[in-house]
Amino acid sequence: MSDIPADLKYTKSHEWVRDNGDGTVTVGITDHAQEALGDIVFVETPEVGRQVAAAEACAVVESVKAASDIYAPLAGEVVEANEALGDAPELLNASAHAEGWIFRLAPSDAAALDALLDAAAYAKVLEEED
Amino acid sequence: MGSRTPLFAEHVRLGARIVPFGGWDMPLHYGSQLEEHHAVRRAAGMFDVSHMRPVDIEGVQARDFLRHLLANDVARLTQPGKALYSCMLNPEGGVIDDLIVYLRGPEHYRLVVNAATAAKDLDWMAQQRAGFAVDIRPREDLAMIAVQGPEARTKTLPLLAAPLAEQAQALAPFFATEHEDWFVGRTGYTGEDGFEIMLPATEAATLWQALEQAGVQPCGLGARDTLRLEAGMNLYGQDMDEETGPLEAGLGWTVAWEPAERDFIGRAALSAQRERGGLRRFVGLVLEGRGVLRGHQQVLIDGEVDGEITSGGFAPTLGGSIALARVAPTIGERCAVLIRDKAVPARVVKPPFARHGKALIDLA
Repeated sequence: MSDIPADLKYTKSHEWVRDNGDGTVTVGITDHAQEALGDIVFVETPEVGRQVAAAEACAVVESVKAASDIYAPLAGEVVEANEALGDAPELLNASAHAEGWIFRLAPSDAAALDALLDAAAYAKVLEEED
Repeated sequence: MGSRTPLFAEHVRLGARIVPFGGWDMPLHYGSQLEEHHAVRRAAGMFDVSHMRPVDIEGVQARDFLRHLLANDVARLTQPGKALYSCMLNPEGGVIDDLIVYLRGPEHYRLVVNAATAAKDLDWMAQQRAGFAVDIRPREDLAMIAVQGPEARTKTLPLLAAPLAEQAQALAPFFATEHEDWFVGRTGYTGEDGFEIMLPATEAATLWQALEQAGVQPCGLGARDTLRLEAGMNLYGQDMDEETGPLEAGLGWTVAWEPAERDFIGRAALSAQRERGGLRRFVGLVLEGRGVLRGHQQVLIDGEVDGEITSGGFAPTLGGSIALARVAPTIGERCAVLIRDKAVPARVVKPPFARHGKALIDLA
């Protein structure tokens, strides 16, 4: 059973979103997603300063199996990317919800965060996929 | 649901991620594909390859039949137990399948063909056997386990019955031996030493569990693919197929042109290809920029698309990305690969990339 922390928000495309409380959010892929992808060997993070639309493909995670797009959960500006993933993409497997974060975003509409899935709703998405 | 090998319950017990492959439900990995890969390069791993099909070819004209059927020449098999890698071609020179053929004795051969192509192969052999006194017997009663890695032989030998263990210990590379219904070849698909063991399906789980007890790492199809790619070995359906023949797939060395009078299927087509010239080259690539090479990515030579990756991926032993590619003969020492619309530089190399536990090509 995957780990679904209650303090995070989620998307149907298996990103997690943490509200940093300072007008930014942190984005990564869920434990379920890393498990399904298998060993991750390369991560292409978005450029800092890039404006992204909600659901826009803005990062790529490559596992031993295949390449997968990562989608911006909200519209906004990329304010930081996780540089550590350049040398250690396996952080996504080892620590999907913490050290394996992918980028930070300043959402253009903070209220849009509320519309994302909560842990219970994401758990339901996973159940329906099975 | 696909077909299941006699070891399916073992895979489930070991927590494998099961995926469909060539009509079979097979283990992709048992947790970490990377760890499985490293186990084979550094110690020993085992693969359930029971989806592959042994086919026994027997009869007074077995040799004549195979000399007609296969592009490599079984007349090269002069010692019992010796193995030969060959393509089985169609008349147009395309590859119906690639296979290993073992000489078991006078008039006795064993072929091992790919899982996804087994039914097609048997149909083709049935069509071609007319006029030859041969029996063609697919061995669905056999399972097959490959044990590979520097420690594979020492971990396997104590688990074999006494006479077989003695014979297997004495095997030179690319030879096989047998005892009753057990068949042990010192062959494989990883670039490491090891055995491929064919045995009665009913005994497969017992051997699998004994190997597990001996510390042999169960490995799935994922690691099998990265290991064979590092070893520079072709995969049927990706690197060659019915449209693309051996001369453009790095398999020219498997075509036995001599003796000139041997009329194997596809010979005329290959001869014409050779005379026409301009054949595409089959090369290894090492990615110098960031990303991962994948099958079907386009190769740029001097900025123009002039080739395609046939197999690509992350190479755990090298810690970077490598590929096999079919490209224009004009390729030099460098090229670029289109990864998500960006041209990423790559170096052209001669496979293999890794064998016997070591990287043979420097990434830097």
